[in-house]
Amino acid sequence: MEYVIEMLNIRKEFGNFVANDNITLQLGKGEIHALLGENGAGKSTLMNVLFGLYQPEGGEIRVRGKKVDITDPNVANDLGIGMVHQHFMLVENFTVTENIILGNEPTKGGSLNISAAAKKVAELSRQYGLNVDPYAKIEDISVGMQQRVEILKTLYRGAEILIFDEPTASLTPQEITELIAIMRKLITEGKSIILITHKLQEIMDVSDRVTVIRKGKGIGTVITDESSPEELASLMVGRQVVFKTEKGPSHPTEEVLTVKDLVVTDSRNVEKVKRLNLNVRRGEIVGIAGIDGNGQSELIEAITGLRKVKAGTVAINGKDITNKRPRQVTESGVGHIPQDRHKHGLVLDFPIGHNIALQTYYQKPLSKGGIIDYKAIDRFAEGIIEQYDVRTQGPHEPARALSGGNQQKAIIGREVERDPDLLIAALPTRGLDVGAIEFIHRRLIEQRDNGKAVLLVSFELDEVMNVSDRIAVIYDGMIIDTVIPSETDEQELGLLMAGHSRKEAAAIQAEEGDDKHVQ
Amino acid sequence: MSNRMINILVPVISVILGLLVGAIVMAVSGYDPILGYTALWNGIFGDSYAIGETIRQITPYILAGLAVAFAFRTGLFNIGVEGQLIVGWFAAVYVGAAFDLPKVIHLPLSILAGAAAGALWAFLPGLLKAKMKIHEVIVTIMMNYIALHVVNALIKTWSGGGDKTERILDSASLRSDFLASLTDYSRLHYGIIIALMMVVLMWFLLEKTTMGFELKSVGFNENASEYGGMKIGKNIILAMVISGAFAGLAGAMEGLGTFGNMYTRGGFTGIGFDGIAVALLGANTPLGVIFGAVLFGSLKYGALNMPNAAQIPEEIVQIVIALVIFFVACGYAIRLLLSKISKKKEAK
Repeated sequence: MEYVIEMLNIRKEFGNFVANDNITLQLGKGEIHALLGENGAGKSTLMNVLFGLYQPEGGEIRVRGKKVDITDPNVANDLGIGMVHQHFMLVENFTVTENIILGNEPTKGGSLNISAAAKKVAELSRQYGLNVDPYAKIEDISVGMQQRVEILKTLYRGAEILIFDEPTASLTPQEITELIAIMRKLITEGKSIILITHKLQEIMDVSDRVTVIRKGKGIGTVITDESSPEELASLMVGRQVVFKTEKGPSHPTEEVLTVKDLVVTDSRNVEKVKRLNLNVRRGEIVGIAGIDGNGQSELIEAITGLRKVKAGTVAINGKDITNKRPRQVTESGVGHIPQDRHKHGLVLDFPIGHNIALQTYYQKPLSKGGIIDYKAIDRFAEGIIEQYDVRTQGPHEPARALSGGNQQKAIIGREVERDPDLLIAALPTRGLDVGAIEFIHRRLIEQRDNGKAVLLVSFELDEVMNVSDRIAVIYDGMIIDTVIPSETDEQELGLLMAGHSRKEAAAIQAEEGDDKHVQ
Repeated sequence: MSNRMINILVPVISVILGLLVGAIVMAVSGYDPILGYTALWNGIFGDSYAIGETIRQITPYILAGLAVAFAFRTGLFNIGVEGQLIVGWFAAVYVGAAFDLPKVIHLPLSILAGAAAGALWAFLPGLLKAKMKIHEVIVTIMMNYIALHVVNALIKTWSGGGDKTERILDSASLRSDFLASLTDYSRLHYGIIIALMMVVLMWFLLEKTTMGFELKSVGFNENASEYGGMKIGKNIILAMVISGAFAGLAGAMEGLGTFGNMYTRGGFTGIGFDGIAVALLGANTPLGVIFGAVLFGSLKYGALNMPNAAQIPEEIVQIVIALVIFFVACGYAIRLLLSKISKKKEAK
C-alpha cells in the first residue's frame, strides 16, 4: 500500500505523563483509517502532533514517504493536512464564505474579493456534494451544515488528507448518514481520511482499517472487514465488553410517576408537549424513544420543576408535584441525570466534591444550621468517587478537569446515592465510550432491581432496546405508542418514531419485504 | 521555586518594578527620584501621625474592595459601590446627627443605617437583574449618579440651603481620643476594626455557610444551581444586598469616623471605583482585599507628601502611583516570567 502519512513510533510526554507511547499509524492513499480509543487514550494528542500543535519527544512523521518536521499548523496546512475539529471553529455571525477565507482573505486592489471566494466555495461544494450555500450565515444553518463548512475550509486550503475529530458527536442520525456519504465521496475524489472516534458502529460502517490505542499505547492496526465490533471493543478497553447488558425480567409493582394530560410550552410559547400521558412503576425501566426535538427535553424539565407546566398534572407516588420547585421535586423522591451535564448537571468551576454535594449540601450531615461542614462533604464525595469509579485526583479537583465519562459517573453517583424512587436519566451515555456506557447501563438496571422506577430518555435506538422494559414512543409531544422491546425491532421502532402508527409500520415493513422478493 | 515563594515574590517584584519605572519618569521630568520616594516613604510611615492617617485612609478601601470582591465572587459586577458608599455616608451621618441616644445604641444604629442604605441602593439593581434580567452594570452605573445628586439635594434641604450637614453627635462618633493620642492627633478611628471584622465576615459567609455555597454556585452556573434546588432570583438579590451593605459601611466610616459630617460634592469620591482595582489586586479574596487596600491607601495618602516635601508636581505623582498599581496588576506576567526562569533552572 502507498502511504500518504506515516507516524512511526511516536512518543509524546507531558512532564512525567506519557500521553503517546510508541504509537504507529500509517494512512494509505484513498483510505478511511479509523483511530479508535477510549476517552483520554491519547487520540487527540496524536492528531495534535500530526497537526503541528505538539512536538513529539520521539519517533518520526513521513508525508508521502518523505520525513517531515511539522513545527506548527501552517506546516501541516502546506503539507495538505486539514483538520475538521469536533468543536467547530466558526464565527457565528459571519457567512460561510467569510468563515472559509478567514486567515487568508483574497483581495483585489486592497479590498476583499468575496465573490471570487464564494464562487470557489460553491464549486467545491458542488464537486463534493456538500450542498452548502456560500452566503448563508453560520448562526442560521444546522450543526450538520456547519460541519460541512469545516470540511470546505480544509478543502479550500488544498487539503489532501483530512482528519475528522469525533465528527458524529453532535449530529443527528440523519446527518450521520449524510456525513458518511460525504466521506465516501471525498475518497473517490482522491482524498485520504483519518477518523477519530470511539463509536464502533461508525467504524464498521465506513472505515477500511482501524488503529487502536489504549492508555497512550499503540495496540495495533486491524483491517475492518476482518474484525468485529466485539473484537474492536475488547482491543480498545483491554477486556471483554458486554454490549447487551444482562438483565432479568422486570417485576413492576405500584406506580411511581403519573403524568396526565401534560401540556408544556417552550420559551417561545410553542406547545412542545401536547396532552401527554405516561406512567412508570416500581421495578421497571421505561424508555422514551423519539427523534430529538419531539418534546423530550420539555417533558423532563416539566417533571423535574425546571419548566412550568401549562396544563395537566405530574404526580410522584400519588402526590401531586405539578409546578413545584426543583427542590421540592427532588425531595419528593426524584433523581435526575440531566440531558446536558455541563449546563444543568455540574457547576464546572466548582470542585467535583462540591458538585457531588449539589443536591444535599444543605442537609445533615453535610451542613448544620446553615454552616457547611466541608470535611463531611469531602468524605461524602470520596465515598462516591470510589464507589462509582470516578477517575479524579480527588474531591478538590475542578469538575471541568474531569473527562466526560467521569463527570457523568459523578452525577450518577450523586443522584443514585440519594436513593430516589424515580430516577430520570436523560441521554445518560451521550458522548461516552463503551466501557462507561456499560457501567451506566448496569447502574440503571441495578436501580430497577432494587425496586425503583427508572425513566430513560435516549436518541440511541439500541440503548432504548437493550435497557428498557417498556418503550414509550414520543412523537410531536405525545406518546403515540408503547411497545415491549422483545416484541419489536429497530425497524418498527424507527417507523413509529417517525410518526407512523403500528399498523402503518407493519404495512411499510411488509412492502419493503416484497420489494426484496422482487429483486 | 515553590508556589508559596512565587506568591510572596510576585507582589514584591511588582512593586519594585513599578517604583523603578516611576523613578525613571521622575528623573526624565527633572525631579530627584530619591527625594521623591523619601517623601513618599515619610508620607506613609514617617511618624506616628502619618501612620495613623494611612490606616484611616485604608479603612474605606478595605470595605469598598470587599463590596466589589463579594459581588465578583457571586458572579456580579457591582460598579455601583461608589453610589452605595455615598448614600451610606449620608444615612450614617443623618442618624448620627438627628437622634440623641446613648452611645451603645447610637453608634451601632448609625453604622447600621449606613450599611442598610448601601444595601437598599444595591437591592434595586439586584431586583431588576433577578426579575427582568437587566444587566447590573448599567443599572449600578446610573444609580451612582442618582445617589450623588439625590444626596446633594438632601444635604441642601436639610441644612436649609447650605453645603454641609450638621455634625454627628459624639455618641455616634467612631473617633477615639485614645487612638488620636497614640498617633499624634491623626484622624485615626475605630473603623479599621470594623473593616477587619467585615473581612472575616466575608470569608465566613463565602467559605463556611450554605448561603455562601449557594451564592457562589449561582454566580458560576445559574442553570445547574436551579437544578440543584436553589432560588436564582433570591440569591442574586442577596448577593447585591450584601455587597451594597459593605459599600454603605465604607461610607459610614467616612461619615462617622473621618469627617463627622458630609459636604455636597461636585463629583464622586473615587473610593468606590478604586474598590474595583482593590478587589482585582486582591484576587477577590478577603485577605487579598486587605493587601490591595493597604497598597492603595498608603500610596494615596503618602503621595500627598510628595509635592510638599520634594516639590514634585501633583501630576507626576499621580503617574508614579498609577505605575506602581499598574505593575502590581501585571502580576500575572511576572508570575509567568518567574515560572519560566524556574523551569530553565530545572532543565539544567
